[in-house]
Amino acid sequence: MKPFRYARPGGVAEAVRSGAEQPGSRFLAGGTNLVDLMKLGVERPDLVVDVGGLGLDEIVVDSGGGLRIGANVRNSDLAVHPAVRRELPMLSQALLSGASGQLRNQATAAGNLLQRTRCVYFQDVSKPCNKREPGSGCPARQGDHRNLAVLGGSAACIATHPSDFAVALAAADAEVAVTGPAGERTLRLDELYLLPGEHPERETSLAPGDLITAIVVPPLPFGTTSAYRKVRDRASYAFAVASVAAAIDVTDGVVRDVRIALGAVAPKPWRAHRAEDALRGLEPTASAFRAAVEAELSVAEPLPDNAFKLPLTANVVVSVLSDLTGASR
Amino acid sequence: MQLSVNGQSRDLELDNRTTLLDALREHLGLIGSKKGCDHGQCGACTVLLDGRRTNACLVLAVTCAGREVATIEGLAGPDGLHPVQQAFVEHDGFQCGYCTPGQIMSAVGMLEEFERGWPSAVTGEVQPAGLTAPEIRERMSGNLCRCGAYVGILAALTDVASRS
Repeated sequence: MKPFRYARPGGVAEAVRSGAEQPGSRFLAGGTNLVDLMKLGVERPDLVVDVGGLGLDEIVVDSGGGLRIGANVRNSDLAVHPAVRRELPMLSQALLSGASGQLRNQATAAGNLLQRTRCVYFQDVSKPCNKREPGSGCPARQGDHRNLAVLGGSAACIATHPSDFAVALAAADAEVAVTGPAGERTLRLDELYLLPGEHPERETSLAPGDLITAIVVPPLPFGTTSAYRKVRDRASYAFAVASVAAAIDVTDGVVRDVRIALGAVAPKPWRAHRAEDALRGLEPTASAFRAAVEAELSVAEPLPDNAFKLPLTANVVVSVLSDLTGASR
Repeated sequence: MQLSVNGQSRDLELDNRTTLLDALREHLGLIGSKKGCDHGQCGACTVLLDGRRTNACLVLAVTCAGREVATIEGLAGPDGLHPVQQAFVEHDGFQCGYCTPGQIMSAVGMLEEFERGWPSAVTGEVQPAGLTAPEIRERMSGNLCRCGAYVGILAALTDVASRS
């Protein structure tokens, strides 16, 4: 591991100042991804700013059912919170489907959002990778791409975002509260995450010193009718090969509103707006769900070894929405 | 820095790159916690940090000042083995033994989580009164055993859970 300076700031302002002043600094919270990547030589910060002691660990439920989740709330505390389980089951289910008991105890909410791809080329410093070393190339298209993206990728990079939690947050229209050198602002998840394009090394719109202090989830009245389902290569403790977070409101026999986000198929949690638009106003039937998800996936660009993700994702979407609405399959 | 391990405060001078696992093993001589994968994938390094199970290989020791670390060395009481240790012996919960300290520390943390009413990925809307086999398998999935002693581990933990 490359030597680094270690700082333990006394407050958010000091953390932001430290992070902004030193190029190549990293904020450390749970560390379950950062410390691992530092061991692998993928992350080589000169300064590690430990934000673990800043508090930021409260879950506040507002009267409308919205949530403000402190950046340092541990994954396990959030997953088991009674209001989260009641108001947004997909959020709790996504968290509980991720990692292991040990990792969920250590990993934080904001850290989960900012974890890096598990693409094997990214994690292996002996291999080229446009994300790790811009311009060095990408062996994935001709190589190991079974777990990689079918949506939103580019010629430079088809890495997937590994988080389960972020998929459920995308479906819930969550925002992140950020404190940076220029003050505070909020970003929708869609504004936080960038697609790779020609610059896969830029994954988020966060600038040096920008610190996520909280995740804000607006009230979702039909969030109680939501679910997260994850398909993986083994029953537990594995990343998704396909996942779906969905919430649906059926009133008077038609879909009044619906939220669908897809995981493990794109460089960011993939909000399926096209499928949602296709479903509003329709009767909730398995064939309508299938047509909607197929419209979403029509823009996919699969490769030989990850094309299976298209029928798999479609099947999981149909299955989750059918279960939530009681539609027969 | 000061590190509190098994109720004792220890003074250490560490490179800030040192993980909690290396601090325990290489600097304090507490070699019960094992280094398996060193990447948070196997669970052999599991300790309790402020009472919660975590992978010591992914925690920088410098971040542990003022926190309480519990390792396998501090688990047995003056009257003998901890019930989880005793159950592993009675049910052949190991073969080579390398993953065992991590399995046991993880199980101690897991039982505490269940007592607190924490659901798991296989829990329905209502948590079962006792730990079922699917619940134990899911909750212990962060601990791998290359010998494949899972049958004995499951029996040991089913036994402990039924007695507590």
